[in-house]
Amino acid sequence: MLQQINTSAIKPILSSLLLKEEDNGPSGYLDMELLRFSTAGSVDDGKSTLIGRLLYDSKSIFEDQLQSVKDASERLGGEEVNLALLTDGLRAEREQGITIDVAYRYFATPKRKFIIADTPGHIQYTRNMVTGASTADVAIVLIDARNGIVEQTKRHSYIASLLQIPNVILAINKMDLVNFSEEVYNTIKLEYEKIAVILKLGNIIFIPISARDGDNVVDVSANTPWYKGETLLQLLETIPVHNTDSLLPARFPVQYVINPNNAAFQDYRAYAGRVSGGLFRVGDTILALPSNRLSTIKAIDEGPVELNEAFTPQSVSIRLDGNISINRGDLLVKVNEKYPKYSSIISLHVCWLNARPLSVGGKYIVRHTTNETPAIIQDIRYKVNINTLKNIADDKTIHMNDIAHITIKTQKALKYDDYSENRITGSLILIDENTFETVGAGMIVSDQEVYSYNI
Amino acid sequence: MGHRELTHLKELESESIFILREVAAQFEHPALLFSGGKDSIVLAFLARKAFYPAAIPFPFVHIDTGHNFEETLLYRDKLVNRMGVKLIVGSVEKSIQQGRVGEEKGYNASRNKLQTITLLDTIEKYKFDAAIGGARRDEEKARAKERFFSHRDEFGQWDPKNQRPELWNIFNGKKQDGEHFRIFPISNWTEMDVWQYILQENIPLPSLYYTHMREVFERDEIFYAALPAMPRKPAEKVVWKKVRCRTIGDITCTGLTLSTANTLKEIISEIAGSRVTERGGRADDKRSDAAMEDRKKVGYF
Repeated sequence: MLQQINTSAIKPILSSLLLKEEDNGPSGYLDMELLRFSTAGSVDDGKSTLIGRLLYDSKSIFEDQLQSVKDASERLGGEEVNLALLTDGLRAEREQGITIDVAYRYFATPKRKFIIADTPGHIQYTRNMVTGASTADVAIVLIDARNGIVEQTKRHSYIASLLQIPNVILAINKMDLVNFSEEVYNTIKLEYEKIAVILKLGNIIFIPISARDGDNVVDVSANTPWYKGETLLQLLETIPVHNTDSLLPARFPVQYVINPNNAAFQDYRAYAGRVSGGLFRVGDTILALPSNRLSTIKAIDEGPVELNEAFTPQSVSIRLDGNISINRGDLLVKVNEKYPKYSSIISLHVCWLNARPLSVGGKYIVRHTTNETPAIIQDIRYKVNINTLKNIADDKTIHMNDIAHITIKTQKALKYDDYSENRITGSLILIDENTFETVGAGMIVSDQEVYSYNI
Repeated sequence: MGHRELTHLKELESESIFILREVAAQFEHPALLFSGGKDSIVLAFLARKAFYPAAIPFPFVHIDTGHNFEETLLYRDKLVNRMGVKLIVGSVEKSIQQGRVGEEKGYNASRNKLQTITLLDTIEKYKFDAAIGGARRDEEKARAKERFFSHRDEFGQWDPKNQRPELWNIFNGKKQDGEHFRIFPISNWTEMDVWQYILQENIPLPSLYYTHMREVFERDEIFYAALPAMPRKPAEKVVWKKVRCRTIGDITCTGLTLSTANTLKEIISEIAGSRVTERGGRADDKRSDAAMEDRKKVGYF
């Protein structure tokens, strides 16, 4: 297989696209969408090989990269070109043959540009998985068909559920090692569907693949005639993204005040930020929080261009009628829409990222949207065993990679939504007061929605 | 009311502008590291958009090895003038004269490595607490794991194994005295994204990026400019070729591509059909498998 790679046949897929573009005018490539997906897995289940395969088969690998991987494969004593070496970046990783941090990879097809957050799957790297999943639209969970659903599968699925990733692709890998058996595939599928219900996972899609040989990764495999679905790449190219962001209640955390103070723009004052939910239009009545002042949108600027509307996730500047005082950290919302919550007692799921444990009474700095405030840990309600998905109520010390449900009290009240409703206004980080390291990732939950898993 | 979708270029632009504004809000003395290459040019235009109609609220810093193409310097001066930003030049030549660094010897001598000291000295002299750079994660393996907000200790060093986790779009720029951050707003852009954006926004570029006749010589299958900054071995013959730069560093590490591409569209077609990466022509990356990682650890761009 891989040792037969003919480098002269490799040409980036964009070249075919550009020929098309010359015919149809320059709009083709400029109109592509962006899809961010995460992968989690350990050395053994073929995750790096799968990514290498996607990059290789979509012709996103250049000759010099391939050559250096070939050389490295030979040096490390392998007979075949090891596609995993394409993605294992840092020296320690190459030497130890493990993936220890989130690595970002890029490839494009004529339809979409893809950003892969490639994360290690082992339990001691839960924090890296959470980091990689935090911005993902799709999570690919890999399963070794020989082993079926194992603890790691539950862990990755739990993280996808915790981070509210809208789509989960269950890639049942190494199908070649189970003779492409439909029965094996169906058994795994049935068992996983039960877990998905309990975890309240969003859209789930199952694909039988062999990353090593490329079955159903880019091209339809002749080995799985019983599988009528799309290949992994076809799916990634067509799965809907961000399709509800602009329908959410409008949110605009003020990031920076633009006040040029020059002769040409003497009275210009605009609030810069990124739309973090819904849509704002010129003429909309807005409410500024926490001051509770009403105003009307006079203009929306994107550099020198005036827009009629701005939607998630556009970065713009908003000019308002009247003379109201607004600062970084304030939130603009629209009247006649659901308002955010406003409280200094916040209930959240936290993933602990640091070697120094979290405990009740600990003080941290909270960063939430463009806001910052001191906070104290009030209560640790329970810790989650993410292998068994059971809650542990009597262990009140939260170590690195633990996930727990806690309550914090902030000095300044936060204006927020539940994470399940808005991933931007519902997320926060905890920063150590002394080292300034980012030590916790928090997803805000409302107390009513706290549920207990029992599998 | 139907749903709305941004194109990938608009989404990347929006992310980068968000990060540039976050830098202005979180740091006291940021600076933009301007090399004259296309990535830092895109960064400059993004910064203009982020703060328009106000002036860009930070100076540009150029670390000049003394071996720069004349075209790069001309473009630089014109751009800062047009954008109304302050330019600070850190000179490697001066660092050599002051004995801060020693010049490399031999035919492959480059001031690339020496830049690191000049850069760190400049950061310290002006007390910059954030240095914004145009590095992209697709460029090189070690950069694939770099953060948007990348922490540097008081010695300017990067610890790749102890990076701050970066979740959602929440960026933590808190630091102790003497530490600083490197900020990479176009981390998620690829080479192709950069070119497409230059086309979309009609951004002017130094003439070096377009085809031109030039005296060149060949070394290790790469063409270099035949200029005094780069001594030639006796066997290296000077020839005239139609070339252009795919990336621009200083003269000693910039490989020239044989090309007749004269417009942005021709350049884009050429890159789309290319079978080697843009850093394939960079002498500085060829030194070892982990060359970039090693340079980054000690404070390189």
